Amino acid sequence: MTVMTGDIATYNFAYLDEQTKRMIRRAILKAIAIPGYQVPFASREMPMPYGWGTGGVQVTASIIGPDDTLKVIDQGADDTTNAVSIRAFFQKVANVAVTTHTRDATIIQTRHRIPEEPLTEGQVLVYQVPIPEPLRFLEPRETETRKMHALEEYGLMHVKLYEDIARHGHIATTYAYPVLVADRYVMDPSPTPKFDNPKMDMSPALQLFGAGREKRIYAIPPYTRVVSLDFEDHPFEIQSFEEPCALCAAEGVYLDEVILDDHGGRMFVCSDTDHCEERLAQGHKGRLAAEDAYAAKEPAQ
Amino acid sequence: MQTLQFDAGQFTAKAVDGGFADPVYDAQAVFHALMQANARPGVRETLADRLEPPAPLEAGLAAVALTLCDPDTPVWLSPALRTDAVRAWLAFHAGCPLTDDAGAAAFVLCAQDDTPPAQDTLHAGTQEYPDRAATLVLALPALDGGAALTLTGPGIEQSAAISPVGLPDGFVAARADNRALFPRGVDVVLVSGRDLVALPRTTVVATADGSSSNAEAN
Repeated sequence: MTVMTGDIATYNFAYLDEQTKRMIRRAILKAIAIPGYQVPFASREMPMPYGWGTGGVQVTASIIGPDDTLKVIDQGADDTTNAVSIRAFFQKVANVAVTTHTRDATIIQTRHRIPEEPLTEGQVLVYQVPIPEPLRFLEPRETETRKMHALEEYGLMHVKLYEDIARHGHIATTYAYPVLVADRYVMDPSPTPKFDNPKMDMSPALQLFGAGREKRIYAIPPYTRVVSLDFEDHPFEIQSFEEPCALCAAEGVYLDEVILDDHGGRMFVCSDTDHCEERLAQGHKGRLAAEDAYAAKEPAQ
Repeated sequence: MQTLQFDAGQFTAKAVDGGFADPVYDAQAVFHALMQANARPGVRETLADRLEPPAPLEAGLAAVALTLCDPDTPVWLSPALRTDAVRAWLAFHAGCPLTDDAGAAAFVLCAQDDTPPAQDTLHAGTQEYPDRAATLVLALPALDGGAALTLTGPGIEQSAAISPVGLPDGFVAARADNRALFPRGVDVVLVSGRDLVALPRTTVVATADGSSSNAEAN
């Protein structure tokens, strides 16, 4: 057992006790064996509130080892409160190396984004999931949604997308856009923008999803078909942006809108801060990039 | 479910020795190998040499048992493994209940020389809860040198090839029948020494001539 001497309170490595880890590990293996199926698990109370990523934290705590390098992002950013807190949590309870660079990480815990840089074999992407059940807002009863998944009865979801078209003229769902995994289970990709859905398809990385309050774990193995639901005459489309990132001039990436003043001034910047900083360091310059200001910025730690 | 019974006289130091030297880190390392093996069916993972289980329990079987089994998981042991030494060792290190009913087991551990129970007699989960299915862990003489098998399915980019030695008769046909149950179905881990390969229920196993059903691997 690992004991961190000198602390008043000592925790097991990665906070969770070993029996809890075994329970979660069994759930993860079954989740990988049944892509897209939500495996119930005995979610524990974590030292952070629900909604802060307790599911993702429990998954990460169960898979992480002393040799792993962890990256945590919140809406693509390494330096926001949620990401900083979770990174600090694992530095404290698991003493693991952390990074902000996507390619250096072995485990990336994410809240609602997939990094712009393509993931590689061996990496694990851990999603924090608020509502794992894609059918929940269409059918509130767990007994019914479970039966619908068992019978592969997903007509209701297509009706929902159709109603989008009837009302708005196009599929208005822009995040938590439902996907069909390995041609069997309809899955909620967590509230990632639909921009990221194509990155889930045939990804070389293992994708694990943890929902702490709802007590569910699910997974997409590497190289697995993930298809966004759509219609022949209304095919799935990702968001597109009219202008490049105002800082690094990147195109074809997901951008956040930043309000600059109360006269309608605004800028669009990369949601993925690591990707943006790397491009700035390479010398790419958008219309609002400061001279050298961002290139010299220290990485979040 | 029949729980483990043994009298104190058999509980010797041998039952205490030979477990993970560092249970936290060693179990994590074995789990990491199992997770990657299940995520990439057909890709071989090699475990560190950290266990000395009592014969005839092999290191690979022991590693899986100590990493995943505990009082929540009934375990079925093949006849060769039902020795006092193995029972006492598993009781001390994993604390898992043992069962004589393979259909009630969460983990089915089968030694090299034993014939495993037929896959369709194991718990395949239910349509609502397919995650409750059993995991069959088969010890084999070698993972190389046998008839070539082609694997396709989630986790495999194009196709993967394995050639394990000593698979039970009708294994390929049994995997095809198991695949037809999806999302229900039994997951398989093949171990040999400290090497392991996983065949989750999604993996389609075919003989080299391309037939996945009604064909015998051996």
